Amino acid sequence: MTTFLNILIGGLIMGGIYAIISMGLSMQYGVARILNVSHGEFIMVGAFLTLTLSKAGVNPLLSLALTAPPLFLIGFLLHRTAYKRLTTVTGGGGAFEGNAMLISFGIMFVIQNIALMIWGSSPQGYQFLVQSVKIGGSVFALNRIVVMVIAVAVSIGFYLFLSRSRIGKSIRAAAQDPVAAALMGVKINRVMALCFAIGALLAGLAGVLLSMINQINTTMGMSYTVIAIIVVVLGGLGSIPGSLMGGFILGLVGSAVGYFEPSLQLVAYYLIILVLLLVRPKGLLGR
Amino acid sequence: MSSYTIILFSSIIMYIILALSWNMFSAPTGYISLATAAFFGAGIYTTAFLGELLPLPLLMLAGGIISCMLAVIVGAVTLRLRGVYFTIFTFGLVELLRSLVLWAEIKFTHVRGRFVVSADHMTVFWCMAVLLILLIAAIVLIRRSRLGKSLEAIGESEDAAAHIGVNTTAVKVAMFAISAFAVGAAGAAMATRWSYVDPGIAFNSMYSFMPVLMAIFGGTRSTVGPIAGAIVFAYLEETLITKFPSLYMIIFGLIMVGAILFLPNGIIGLIKPPVMKLIAKLPKRRVRQ
Repeated sequence: MTTFLNILIGGLIMGGIYAIISMGLSMQYGVARILNVSHGEFIMVGAFLTLTLSKAGVNPLLSLALTAPPLFLIGFLLHRTAYKRLTTVTGGGGAFEGNAMLISFGIMFVIQNIALMIWGSSPQGYQFLVQSVKIGGSVFALNRIVVMVIAVAVSIGFYLFLSRSRIGKSIRAAAQDPVAAALMGVKINRVMALCFAIGALLAGLAGVLLSMINQINTTMGMSYTVIAIIVVVLGGLGSIPGSLMGGFILGLVGSAVGYFEPSLQLVAYYLIILVLLLVRPKGLLGR
Repeated sequence: MSSYTIILFSSIIMYIILALSWNMFSAPTGYISLATAAFFGAGIYTTAFLGELLPLPLLMLAGGIISCMLAVIVGAVTLRLRGVYFTIFTFGLVELLRSLVLWAEIKFTHVRGRFVVSADHMTVFWCMAVLLILLIAAIVLIRRSRLGKSLEAIGESEDAAAHIGVNTTAVKVAMFAISAFAVGAAGAAMATRWSYVDPGIAFNSMYSFMPVLMAIFGGTRSTVGPIAGAIVFAYLEETLITKFPSLYMIIFGLIMVGAILFLPNGIIGLIKPPVMKLIAKLPKRRVRQ
C-alpha cells in the first residue's frame, strides 16, 4: 500500500510538471508548427534564475512571477525575428517544419552554453520547505506537495484560459486552420508569436517548480525536451487536454518504472511512444 | 606528415563521410535523420567487442554490417512515419541505445566502459580514405540509378511516387541502410583512436548534429557542398573545441541558425553563381568551322 502511494504521489508530482512542459511545447508545435528542441533550455534557465534569486533572498514562490515575463518576452522576440524570417524564406509547409526544428537546435546550443559559462556544469540546489508531512502512512517533503498543487493549478488555469478567453479562442482557431483563422480576422502572425512565447513562459514556470524539488544542472534541458515531445505525441498533436492527460500518464509510468529500475525509465518512455506510433500515430486525443 | 597532421586528416575524412552519408539519404527524400550517432556508436561498439579478434578492414566491414542491420530494423519501423515524427524518433534512438547499452553493460558485464585496442594512425587514415572513395563512388552511381530517381520522386511528392509504382518504404529503408553502412564502418575505424569508450562517448548526439550542420552549411544539393562544410567545421572543431568548448558551441549554434536563415543553398550556392558568371565571361575558344 505504501509502495503504491509512493508511486502515486511521485507520479502526480512529475506528471504535473510534465503536463506544464508539454502544454508549452504543444503551443509551439501544435499551433506554431515549430518543434522547439530548445524547450528544455527554457526550463533550465527558469530553474537557474530561481536559484540565483533564492541566493539573493527571494522566495522561490515569488520567482514564479519574476522569471516568467522575461522568458515570455524572449520567446516572443525569437519568433518575431528568426521564425518569421524562416516563414518568408521557406514559404511554410514541410520545409518550414524541418528547418524550424534545426534552428531550434542551434538556439539550444547557444542557450545551453551561455548557461554553462554563467552557472558552470556541476549540479546545484537550494533548500526550500523541507519539513515533512505524513499522508496515509508515508512521509513526503512539504515542497513536493506544494509543487504538485501549483502544477495542477497552473495546468487547469491554462486550460481554462484557452477554452474561455478571447485570445484562447483565436489560438484554438489558428491551431485548427491557420488560413481560415486569418481570413476570419485573427492576426495570425501575432497569435503564432504569442503561442511560442506562452510555450517559453510555461517552460520557465516548470523550471521554477523543478528547482524547488530537484537538484538542477545546466545540461538537464534535453531530457525534459525529450519527455515533452513524447507527451505531445502521446496526447495528440495540438490537443491541450491530450497533453494534460499524457503528462500525467507519463509521470505515473515513470514513477512506477523508476521505483523498481531507475535506469530503465527512459527506455520505458520510448517503448510507449514506439507502440503508440505504430498503433495510433495521431495520439490518444488527436483528430 | 607528422602524426598530428595524419590524425587531423583522419578526423576531417570522418566528418566528410558522416556528412555525405547523411546527405545521401536526407537531402533527396527530405526526411531529416538524427540517427547518425546511433550508427556511429554501433560501429564504435563493434570495435570495442571484436577489436582483438579482427584486423581493421574486417572490423570496418563488421561495423558497417551491424549498423546496416540496425538501420533496416529502425527504418522498417519508423520510415512509415512522415516528416518530423521520423526526426524525433531517430533522435530518440540515440538516447535509447545509450541507456540500453549502459544498462546492459552494468547488469551483465559489470563494467561501465571498455578499453579499445589502438591501431596505427597511418592505417586508420588509409582505411578511412578508401572508405571515402568507395562512398563517393556509391553516391555517384546511386544518383544515376533507379534507386536514386525513386528517392528524388519521394522527396518531390511521396504520394505521387507511390502512385506511379515506387515502393516508397522499401526504397527509403534501402537508402537508409546504405548510408548507415558507411557511418558504422567509419565508427569502427575511428574507435581505435580512443583507448577507452563508454556509452556516453560512443552514443554522443553531437555526431548526429554535426553532419546535418555541415551538409546544410555547405549546401545539400551537391556532393561538393557537404564535403566543403565538413572540412570547414572539422578544422574549426579541431582548433577551437579544446581551448574554448562553450564558445565553440555558441558559435556552432549561431552559424547553424544563420546558415538556415540566410544560406538556403549553402556556401556552394553562394560561390557557384559568381564563379559560373566568371566562366561565362571568359573569352570562348573559337570553334573551327
